[in-house]
Amino acid sequence: MAQIFIPENVQEREQLQGGSHSPNENRSPHSEPSQRRRLGLIDLVIALVVIALISLVVVAASRWTAPLTSSIKIDLAPTALPVYAGYSLLRMLLAYLLSLIFTLVYGHVAATSRRASVVMVPLLDILQSIPILSFLPGVVLALVAAFPHSNVGLELSSVILIFTSQAWNMTFSYYHSARSVPQDLQEFSTVARLRPWQHLFKLEIPASMIGLIWNSMMSWAGGWFFLMASEQFVLGSRSFQLPGLGSYLQAAANKGNASALVLGLATLIALIILLDFFFWRPLVAWADKFKLEMNSEGDAPSSPVLNIIRRSALIAAMTTRIFRPIGASIAFLLNRMQPLPGEAHLVAAHKGQSQHTSWFSLRRIVSSVFGLLVLVLLVFGLWYMVRLLGGVSLATWGQLVLAAGATLLRTLVALLIGVVWTVPVGVMIGTSPKWSKRLQPVVQVIASIPATALFPILLVALIDLPGGLSLAAILLMLLGTQWYILFNVIAGAMSIPSDLKEASTIYHVTRWRRWRTLILPAIFPYLVTGLLTASGGAWNASIVSEYVTFNNRTVSTQGLGAAIASAGAAGNFSVLLAGTLLMAFVVVLLNRVLWKRLYDLAERRYTLS
Amino acid sequence: MTNFDMQTGDVLLEARHVKKVYDKDGKRARGTNPPVVLDDINLRIYAGEFVALLGPSGSGKSTLLRLLAGLLRPTEGEILFKDVPQYGTNPHLSIVFQSFALFPWLTVLQNVELGLAAQEVPPTQRMRRSLAAIDTIGLDGFEDAYPKELSGGMRQRVGFARALVVEPELLFMDEPFSALDVLTAANLRKELLGLWRERKMPTRAIVMVTHNIDDAVLMADRIVVLGANPGQIRVEIAGLPLHQRESTNENYTKTVDLIYRIMTSPHVDIPTLMPQEQPHPNKHAPAKPRPYQALPHVSIGDVTGLLELVHSKGDRDDLYQLGRDLQLEVDDLLPMVDAANILGFAETQEGDLVLTEIGKRFAEAGVLEEKEIFRLQALAHATMIRHIVRDLQHELSHTLPEEHFLSELQEHFSESEAWSQLETAINWGRYAELFSYQEERGVFRLEEPETANHGAA
Repeated sequence: MAQIFIPENVQEREQLQGGSHSPNENRSPHSEPSQRRRLGLIDLVIALVVIALISLVVVAASRWTAPLTSSIKIDLAPTALPVYAGYSLLRMLLAYLLSLIFTLVYGHVAATSRRASVVMVPLLDILQSIPILSFLPGVVLALVAAFPHSNVGLELSSVILIFTSQAWNMTFSYYHSARSVPQDLQEFSTVARLRPWQHLFKLEIPASMIGLIWNSMMSWAGGWFFLMASEQFVLGSRSFQLPGLGSYLQAAANKGNASALVLGLATLIALIILLDFFFWRPLVAWADKFKLEMNSEGDAPSSPVLNIIRRSALIAAMTTRIFRPIGASIAFLLNRMQPLPGEAHLVAAHKGQSQHTSWFSLRRIVSSVFGLLVLVLLVFGLWYMVRLLGGVSLATWGQLVLAAGATLLRTLVALLIGVVWTVPVGVMIGTSPKWSKRLQPVVQVIASIPATALFPILLVALIDLPGGLSLAAILLMLLGTQWYILFNVIAGAMSIPSDLKEASTIYHVTRWRRWRTLILPAIFPYLVTGLLTASGGAWNASIVSEYVTFNNRTVSTQGLGAAIASAGAAGNFSVLLAGTLLMAFVVVLLNRVLWKRLYDLAERRYTLS
Repeated sequence: MTNFDMQTGDVLLEARHVKKVYDKDGKRARGTNPPVVLDDINLRIYAGEFVALLGPSGSGKSTLLRLLAGLLRPTEGEILFKDVPQYGTNPHLSIVFQSFALFPWLTVLQNVELGLAAQEVPPTQRMRRSLAAIDTIGLDGFEDAYPKELSGGMRQRVGFARALVVEPELLFMDEPFSALDVLTAANLRKELLGLWRERKMPTRAIVMVTHNIDDAVLMADRIVVLGANPGQIRVEIAGLPLHQRESTNENYTKTVDLIYRIMTSPHVDIPTLMPQEQPHPNKHAPAKPRPYQALPHVSIGDVTGLLELVHSKGDRDDLYQLGRDLQLEVDDLLPMVDAANILGFAETQEGDLVLTEIGKRFAEAGVLEEKEIFRLQALAHATMIRHIVRDLQHELSHTLPEEHFLSELQEHFSESEAWSQLETAINWGRYAELFSYQEERGVFRLEEPETANHGAA
């Protein structure tokens, strides 16, 4: 295989294959690593894993191209679980890839083009506050219509639904990192005349890497949270069900099959833990080198899996034989596409003359195509929006506003409960090294369980309580969002400097006074950050917690989430749109008026630095 | 002027009537009177020359370097490279940064190779050249280390290797030694000078920005002294012959002293400062009156400490000596001297700091009296403080939002500098108990009980 990718150009090939007279032959990256390292058991395992992954994709693809079956029968046998888990994992992976591509393109354009960012950043803010189910009808109808004879459309819509729960925070993170690349590195990049693609790959992406990875992990958690909603949905008179872990759990709950439910849940948790061990940990450990600050040493994260991969002869051989040559030829191609402006252009030429070369640059094309696309979408979107909203009566608007009030109340109560229990527990864990060592991993595992998977079990217990779903919904929201608060409180408590703690002890500042003067102010910025994330999460979770289908019956309560979910299920698009707009408006307003101000206050007054 | 036999004398780079007005994101700053960073700069860089741009903070020396490099575009005037107007970044130069500007995720070798990334050098040749540069600069053995594993001095060596690997015609250095400790800096300086004098690098001219007078006198063939508010060239001084560049040499001390005197007397015409015999200035600009008084960003405690030290030495001390005693760079000492000047506590005379009568009283006073004297002097001499108090008195509520003063300041300063000016004014005003400032609400309030106590005034 390797030969295929070696460039045609003889001179290039010679250089790539190491036919040089370099005085430092031993340092050449193109020397044969297989002579130094032997293939071992590890390499066999790695090869098997790669083969297994490929076959998984092939199996899934065969389902994708099979004739359209909009609602598949879920097999509750334990033997079916691995296949279902595979389907769900593949969907998540595809959605994540899509999110990654979206993030790089959108984030890069928004960060580099001042004109585009004026529109793109607020738009992202709004997109972030739109609940996933609001995207559902449009996406499903369009894609199923586009692929009437196969499952591709249906599968794609599921992927896109997951995408809408993953992409936005990643994009925000990338945008912010790309905007705050250190000035001196930017200047070096200009002086060294790095081409646009080199600037992107050597500076912008590496500088954004750590934030991107952490946000990717959060996005995956978000994706699991909405897995059930994105594998099984009702649209008007049609109901769709895709094979997957989410559907399995739903089906088990509907049938009241407790053992299948537990088994499904265990599979999900195992999958999440395995992913963490084999994917995220190695990635985080690898990405440690992208830290921008030079001096903070601290504990570098490590991963046994990464160490194995680094030692593997197979991977090393692949790197030199396949990946490097591919990279070199891509670099060669990109250099051709983005030639350096010649001497004449840089020095003598008038400013106007250099335009026709820069016009052809990749970035120009991407941004202008993107800009045009956004504009067209905007015009069409506005036109349809006006037409659809025309059908919403004043009374409906009134009901929606009332519903929004109910949901607001619920989210606030959920946040309040979250604060009440997480602050003492978080501070206890964070301030005691003993406890944080013992509880940190446990908390992480518990937090990684998507709360929606627990809904069916909880509902059985809660639905008959007084208040029914209108109170139970609060608990469901809480389950989905309390972890953001808890983790932030722990981080805040861990960051309290020991000299402040000692000073408080010396001056006998104890109990409540200690909380008021030391602990609460110190964790305040962290608490606000946690609440900000939790608040957004709670609003988004309202659509799955205020409107629930189980045992083939639908339970709903007064609330904006329920209004949106039921409008989607009934195919009432004008109400769906109105509800979505209202929710986006409320969430953005809350962020601007409440959370952002609190955040500014926290940054100004309570930051320990 | 120089000791090289290569084609010296050609003008490599020239700035003609260059003016730079503060702008943000390429747009003009608000206000009718945007702050001028650099005004009417005329400068030539000749082949074979080592030029130092020396100036206090706020003199726009780093901005000038970036204008010469083509990283910034001048508001007026033009930059010529070999007699041809220069648009965009000059491809024949490289820069060594104060902060090193290394990519933390790349090894030493990869960082150096990145300098060659733009030129399509074949990989093996790229590595050979990079290794050679690493070798030259004394980094052998560290090729695979990451920057965070290196000490500051080693990091800056990587910076030099990366700059030299492209074999630039022009080497620019922006405060290359100021992030290093004294010994490391001396060592690196010596090695760099060795490479330059023995012509182990193909570079034809070096331009270095610095605020360290010793660095400039030790290294440069020509020293360009810049003044602040607005940044302009005050004088160009010829460097010393090589054999005189030692701190024990008499001429060395004289030159350092002269530059010190020039820099500590920003409002005095250059000819009055120049000694009759040597060295001859190439040009000089008359000191311009300041458009708007800029408060130096120092704490009153530092000024008090300085005045008390001078008082203990008999109310007069050599500034250069003071800097040595306090182990302060001229950049740190100057703002304190400036503050003492503004407040009427001291004057600079022939490179000496001399206390005034009020200054002597201030140095002797106890805490309360100190505040009293400071209050009167600040009101009399610090324009911004006076304006704040005046405007607050005009208000019925005796309070005003910060925007009120910020907008006044932004007529004269860049956005960030306006903030710094306001912060300094707040510090001084708080110390003088003239007004208070509430950070959360961003509100100024006149201090009243205190003035009531001093009733009659």
